[in-house]
Amino acid sequence: MSPVIDNLDLYWSGFLTSLEFIVYSLIGSMILGTVIAAFRVSPIAALRGFGSAYVTVVRNCPLTIVLFFMAFGLPELGINRSYFFFGIAGLVIYTSAFVCEALRSGINSVSAGQAEAARAIGLTFTQTMREVVLPQAFRSAIPPLGSVQIAMFKNSAVAGAFGIGGDLFSVGKNLTSAQGYSYIPVLTGVAIGYLIITLSAGLALGLLERKVAIAR
Amino acid sequence: MSDQSVLYDVPGPRAVRRQRIGTAAALVLIAGLVAVAIQRLASRGQFDSDLWSPWVNPSDDSFAQVWELVGRGALNTILAAAMAITLSLLVGVVLGVARMMSGRMGRIPVVGFIELFRGLPVVITIVFVWRAMAELDVPIDVLPGEPALWYLVIGLTLYNSVIVAEILRAGVASLPRGQGEAGRAIGMTEGQVMRSILLPQAFRTMLPALISQLVVVLKDTSLAAVIGLGYFELLRRGNQISQVLDNPIQSLFIVGAIFVVINYGLSRLAVYVERRMSTSSYSDPSPEVGEVTLGAQAHGGAGGV
Amino acid sequence: MRIKKLGAAAAALVLAGSLAACGGGDDEVEVASETDFEAGTTMAEIADRGTVTVGTKFDQPGFGLLGLEDVPEGFDVEVAKIIAGAMGIAEEDIEWVQATSDIREQVIEDGDVDFVVATYTINDERKQRITFAGPYYEAGQQLMVASDNDSIEGPEDIADNPDMKVCSVTGSTPSEQIREYLADDDQLVLFDIYDKCADALSNGQVDIVTTDNVILLGFVSKSEGEFKLVGEQFTEEPYGIGITKGDVEFCEFINETLAENEDAYLAAWDRTAGEVEGTEKPELPEADACA
Repeated sequence: MSPVIDNLDLYWSGFLTSLEFIVYSLIGSMILGTVIAAFRVSPIAALRGFGSAYVTVVRNCPLTIVLFFMAFGLPELGINRSYFFFGIAGLVIYTSAFVCEALRSGINSVSAGQAEAARAIGLTFTQTMREVVLPQAFRSAIPPLGSVQIAMFKNSAVAGAFGIGGDLFSVGKNLTSAQGYSYIPVLTGVAIGYLIITLSAGLALGLLERKVAIAR
Repeated sequence: MSDQSVLYDVPGPRAVRRQRIGTAAALVLIAGLVAVAIQRLASRGQFDSDLWSPWVNPSDDSFAQVWELVGRGALNTILAAAMAITLSLLVGVVLGVARMMSGRMGRIPVVGFIELFRGLPVVITIVFVWRAMAELDVPIDVLPGEPALWYLVIGLTLYNSVIVAEILRAGVASLPRGQGEAGRAIGMTEGQVMRSILLPQAFRTMLPALISQLVVVLKDTSLAAVIGLGYFELLRRGNQISQVLDNPIQSLFIVGAIFVVINYGLSRLAVYVERRMSTSSYSDPSPEVGEVTLGAQAHGGAGGV
Repeated sequence: MRIKKLGAAAAALVLAGSLAACGGGDDEVEVASETDFEAGTTMAEIADRGTVTVGTKFDQPGFGLLGLEDVPEGFDVEVAKIIAGAMGIAEEDIEWVQATSDIREQVIEDGDVDFVVATYTINDERKQRITFAGPYYEAGQQLMVASDNDSIEGPEDIADNPDMKVCSVTGSTPSEQIREYLADDDQLVLFDIYDKCADALSNGQVDIVTTDNVILLGFVSKSEGEFKLVGEQFTEEPYGIGITKGDVEFCEFINETLAENEDAYLAAWDRTAGEVEGTEKPELPEADACA
């Protein structure tokens, strides 16, 4: 385990970078996922179609290819940003499709009477969504949303494999290939870093579920 | 609940007009963005025929080679995925049953194993299996086929078997309690109840979730290309071709499209199976299984989602 | 000593003999029709087996690049064929294994390959795990930039332009050696293959690509004027052939084979890396003593 102990500062900075990455992706995917979910239930057919196509394509495409198109496709469109940004963009786009589906299952679980009542008192579609349906949908959607986001935490490792630089996986890559340390101790350190993130997120999710979620 | 008709009134003439304007505006916006993208790509030469020709023009010299390589890559992907899902099913059922049936003490190592491999990104598991087995000189050669395939399959299995175990748990939990109680009432042991009554029914509920998990596994096989494991699956072949022909955007676009088509087909199969089963089964179409599926799908595919 | 020398010399003689006999083709590597190696040597074992497993790069243009026919092509590949030919192994009987930078020592130690020709820079650290034959080529690291970039003339300019990004391949010697010229580590972007660095330079994500100048020239010539090399080569990297540690006989055999087949060596260069404009034909360097 000496490679880990000797390089604890590297592991720590990798851990923090991974956290940074995760937080941005969490916020971004929730926002984008909500937008796409709204598209999918909106009365405007073009938006419904776009949302549906988006989810179908993104869900069935491997994250590796999504990240590639972020890192090498966006610059072809004239968008030049850091690879950190592209990594987050890839993760946000990928995860948002699953967030959308989790929200839709939440929306579907809101009983019809709620929306009917909202209509009965004259609320428009947007008002119905915003004031009545979405708040309840979110609470129902917390369990699947939680597992989608924890999955995203794990997927951040793939972005690291792509040249994000600085996150936990890159630290592992750096220590083993560039500096030639043996794999087992280095990867164990990386694994522990990720486990800290996912296991604590799992516990937090469990607490959140108990406090907020509606029994179905 | 069919949300379309509940979330908003059947549109009257003003609403229809508003919706039509909205549709037109949305279409114009989308078309505009697409046009800008196409124009920029064209100015970078991404629509040049020599970049696309080996993929779409049968009279191109490289056409046959390119599609042959990609075909072999796709077969390798499917092979690895099939092996991984089969092993995951076997190991997952053992794990799931062990978890459900063990006493408090026996449960600890099983739960520990499950939480460990659920919490780790798949990509880390695969790299770890690969490098650790190489470093420890594990005799992987006794198994038929290339070592790289086995490293990938074992890594995928470690992750997906725990997911299968959780799907199984959710499936058994969704069965009516009366099933198990009846079994015990007629004197069956726990093991017999599990084997003869609960598992067979749970499997039927699990089937769509398992097919969805296959989609996840298929996407995850592309991780081999990202970590440098020398297994020539579809993404690796795409990279190989793009290096020779200098057309990464085009090659990976086609490879991505192939992935989407295969996975979409499998997802439709899952939906079909679910529909056929829900007309015949009498257990709750349980929200728990659906939730595990969504979480698992989000988990799977490149690092576990 | 004399017997071993006889083995290698005999092989060379037979090679020359077969060359004289068939008049030698320019794109065929000569294969010894009869070989006579001292029993127990690696060469004898390989010759008896009739096949050889070679580790090479699969994604290094000019040296080892996997083509559409699923066989690697390049200068390293040709050098390997010359060595295999001297043991009587034809190129169809060579099994090619991908030897990426981080597993080169491991595949030799594990015996997965017989030797490695993979842009393998000789250094003392690696000598602790394996033995090097050669060097067979002296590489030099250099910088490649966009044609309209006038701020970078050499590695010293990198630190003066801290907003510029430098691209190289993970774990490669050039990526390590460029670090001392960087203003800070954020300037370095690492990918798994050079192709991605070239793409990143083309789409504006990075400003400089650094690796061996022959590989860079390959990209320059494909870029149709978009890229250029700047400055002079600023490192010297001898490429060697990796073999099992301590196999002195095999090492000497390889060195002698290359020395006796300088024509084939130069012809190999011409058909691979030499096709790229701007490259200089190398001279076969003098081999180090085998240890």
